Amino acid sequence: MPVAQPSTVRHGVSVSQIFWAFLLIGATSFGGGVVAYLRNSLVSKNKWMDDAEFLELMSISNTLPGLNATNMSILVGDRLRGTTGAIVALFGMCLPGLIFMTVAGIMYGHNGDRPLVVAMLRGVAAAAVGLIAATWFQIGKKSVKGFYDAFFILAAVLMVNHFKVSVPVVLLSVGAVAIFTYRPHVAEQREQLSEWIRSLR
Amino acid sequence: MAAYPEMKHLVIDVHGWLTEPQLVHIYSVGQMAPGPNMMMVAAIGVKVAGIAGALVAAAAFFIPTGLLTFAVGRAWNKLKAWPWRDSIQKGLAPVAIGLAVAGTISFGKGSITGWVTAAIGIAVFAATLRTKVNPALLILAGAVVGGIAFYPR
Repeated sequence: MPVAQPSTVRHGVSVSQIFWAFLLIGATSFGGGVVAYLRNSLVSKNKWMDDAEFLELMSISNTLPGLNATNMSILVGDRLRGTTGAIVALFGMCLPGLIFMTVAGIMYGHNGDRPLVVAMLRGVAAAAVGLIAATWFQIGKKSVKGFYDAFFILAAVLMVNHFKVSVPVVLLSVGAVAIFTYRPHVAEQREQLSEWIRSLR
Repeated sequence: MAAYPEMKHLVIDVHGWLTEPQLVHIYSVGQMAPGPNMMMVAAIGVKVAGIAGALVAAAAFFIPTGLLTFAVGRAWNKLKAWPWRDSIQKGLAPVAIGLAVAGTISFGKGSITGWVTAAIGIAVFAATLRTKVNPALLILAGAVVGGIAFYPR
C-alpha cells in the first residue's frame, strides 16, 4: 500500500481555493466518475498532492461507507486546511448537485406524469443500469483477488437479492466473516495461495 | 448503489413517499447530475416536503457518514500499526462490491422491463467499458431512445 509523505501536501492552500476547486468538480462531474475529476484537479491541475497520497486517501474512502466524492472531499479538505477545509470542500462538492437535484425534483413533481417525460425516463433508467453495472464491473475486475473475494461478493448478492436480508445485517455478518478471513498473518498466506493459483492459469 | 435496496424499502414500502417507477426515475436522473450521485435524495426530499425536505434529506444522508469519514481519516495514520486495519480493508472491499452489485440488481429489476430497455442497458454497458464517451451523454442518449420507443401513440 503506498504510504504518502506529509511533505507532499502543499501547505498554504487557502480555504477559498479549496472551496472553488471542489465547487468546480461538483459542478462539472456530470454522469459520475467524480474520482477522475478529483484526481485531475487535486494532483494534476492544483498539484496539492501526489498520486501516492491521492491513492492512499482513495483506499481510506473505499473502506468507509459513503460516496467517494464526499469522502474524498472531507479527507482532502482536512489534510489541506483541517476541519474548515473539510467542511468547505464537502460543501463545494455537494452544492451544485444539491441545486440540480432539488430543481429536478420540483420539475419531476410537475411533469413526472407526462407521457413523453415518462418515456424518456424509462430510457434514462435503462441507460443508468448499464452505466452502473459497467462501473462496478471495472471496479470488481481490478480489486477482486481470488476465491475468497468472489465468494463474499456472491454471498452478499444472494443474501440481499434472494434471501432479502437487510443490507446492514449483510454488512455486519458477511463483513465480519470476510474480515476474519483476512485476519492478521493469515491474510498474507491466503494472498500467496491465490497468487499461486492465478499463476497456474 | 449499496444503499438502494434499503432506500427502496424505506421510501416505497415503509413511508410510501414514492412508487417504484418514481424512485427509479429519480435515481436515474441522479446518475446524470453533477457531483455525488446520491444527491438524488434531495429530489425525494423536495417531493415530500419542499425545499426544507431537500435540505434535510441531503443533510441526513451525507453528514453522519461524513463525520465518520472525518474521524477515521484523522485516526488513519495512528491505525497504521494496527494489523486489523489491513484486515478490515481487505475484508470489506469485496463486501462493498457485493452490496453494490446487489443494489444494481435490485435497481435493474425496476428499470429493465423489456427488450428495448435491455438493449439500451447493454449498449451503455458496452460503451462505458469500451469507449471514453462522457457517461452523461450516454444517459441522454438513453433518454432520446426511450422517448422515441416508449411514447404512446
